[in-house]
Amino acid sequence: MMETVKQIQESLAKRETKPSEWVAKALQQIDAHDGQIGAFLTVDREQALAAAKRLDETETEQVERSGPQPLFGIPYALKDNICTEGLRTTAASRILENYIPPYSATVLHRLEGAGGVLVGKTNMDEFAMGSSTETSAFQVTHNPHRVGHVPGGSSGGSAAAVAANMVPFALGSDTGGSIRQPAAFCGVVGVKPTYGRVSRYGLIAFASSLDQIGPFTQTVEDAAIVLNAICGFDPLDSTSTQRKAERFDEDLAAGVRGLRVGVLRHAVDGGVDAGVAAAFQKAMEVLKDAGAELVEMDLPHLDYAVATYYLLAPAEASSNLARYDGVRYGRRVEAATLLDMYEKSRSEGFGREVKRRIMIGTYALSSGYYDAYYLRAQKMRTLIRQDFTEAFATCDVIASPTVPTPAFAIGEKVDNPLQMYLNDIFTIPANLAGLPSISVPCGAVDGLPVGLQLVGQAFAEKTLLRVAYAYEQMRGFERSLGSEEVGQ
Amino acid sequence: MDITEDTVRQVAKLARLAMTDEEVHAMAPELNDILSYAQQLQKVSLEDVEPTSHSQLLTNALRVDSPKPSLAREEALRNAPDSDEGQIRVPAVLEG
Repeated sequence: MMETVKQIQESLAKRETKPSEWVAKALQQIDAHDGQIGAFLTVDREQALAAAKRLDETETEQVERSGPQPLFGIPYALKDNICTEGLRTTAASRILENYIPPYSATVLHRLEGAGGVLVGKTNMDEFAMGSSTETSAFQVTHNPHRVGHVPGGSSGGSAAAVAANMVPFALGSDTGGSIRQPAAFCGVVGVKPTYGRVSRYGLIAFASSLDQIGPFTQTVEDAAIVLNAICGFDPLDSTSTQRKAERFDEDLAAGVRGLRVGVLRHAVDGGVDAGVAAAFQKAMEVLKDAGAELVEMDLPHLDYAVATYYLLAPAEASSNLARYDGVRYGRRVEAATLLDMYEKSRSEGFGREVKRRIMIGTYALSSGYYDAYYLRAQKMRTLIRQDFTEAFATCDVIASPTVPTPAFAIGEKVDNPLQMYLNDIFTIPANLAGLPSISVPCGAVDGLPVGLQLVGQAFAEKTLLRVAYAYEQMRGFERSLGSEEVGQ
Repeated sequence: MDITEDTVRQVAKLARLAMTDEEVHAMAPELNDILSYAQQLQKVSLEDVEPTSHSQLLTNALRVDSPKPSLAREEALRNAPDSDEGQIRVPAVLEG
């Protein structure tokens, strides 16, 4: 088992252990289990050990002088679409196979400033396009609860790394559920913060109006601790919020008495696996027993969310990925003319799912189809946002399963992109509306973890975390209830 | 909804993607499936609805225009597939 961020913090604060011991433990777990799981694309062993050694030698007074370092000595991993200066960053794409960023993402600076130690970069769906990590150009990642099943995606490597006890926390990115869905499948906690909470500077862009970075952890409290470190205004990201940073771990134990939990009517309908629905209903009973008021509610335009997302996200992606042309960085395939070079570099560099999305996006934005597809999707986005505004008049958070099914087998859905997309029905709306959302383990179906998703009002992460924490304390099991876990 | 192979070829050209006949053949039904599913948006009346491009309704974020050091040229060129004398080399665009 890997200790939680909180436990490591306490152990280090009491000087019972040293940072290098925790980094060594993370590397040992990776050595022992990643051959089977495939969570990491790059392990930065030497750098991590050297950084830990420097922290070992830091005197208490020095630490205090340099300001609070809440993640002092704690190892972590980053999804491989978060730029790390001098360390290969691929977005799991051939086109960036040898890309060494000349700068680091703001989240990396923040985590370094907080004393964290990066041990490696995790596998993902290529350019974060996928729900299973199977579109990675480099390797398959297995679900630590059942080898042969997907970890979810697109941040599947980060979720699996935490689930298999390789690191106490990892960061991912969430454009349509890419943190919450793999968190649910792997039985860990995953948070997508409010759009604008976390700087996107240095995050390789997929759909810029939807992308947001967030943490994977073992507990809700750990998620709050990591959010403390990564949230806040960044002048390098003009969409990051100017709001004052908050202490997200402050009111975790305030309880849910007096809070209204909206129970999404679609949450237990025909499209949801019976075992998932049962786990969800049990979770609602737990919250009720904890003192929350349950309110039946509806998002009238939920049925249109997947169609809206799968026009808007590819449209933004087709524009964002235009930069990969073989000129300034990334893979180049030599050709006699510039146009041929563009086309060949992109065709050999991108995988099938990425090409599919670029094609949908280009089509939806092309003259003659713009009004029918892109503009209509933007209008539907307005209605979905309004659904939430109306819903929050009757409840404080909205609950549903994170995903309608547990993790599926590797290869089961690769040939049916539309089926894969429909899996994102519960996670997509929070991205379209820019709202904060969390997935917390709420049981298992045949040994595969199930996630409870909560969505809150913009910038109301503290309410969200409070409800999730109350649930976690009362749910009656320690962690994810999954079986056959690798990495225990 | 009917995405023909010709449409796929035309969109691929716009997207600067070279596709083999096999790829075009496989892509057409997949795009058809996805765009047919998206057709459900056509059934809703959206006439008086304003489009949303961004969830937080941001306005322009302005900052003081003060010059700062930026990425050094050699750093910027380090990932370039082909560079020469501080510049990126590409196939000739103009003849002659």
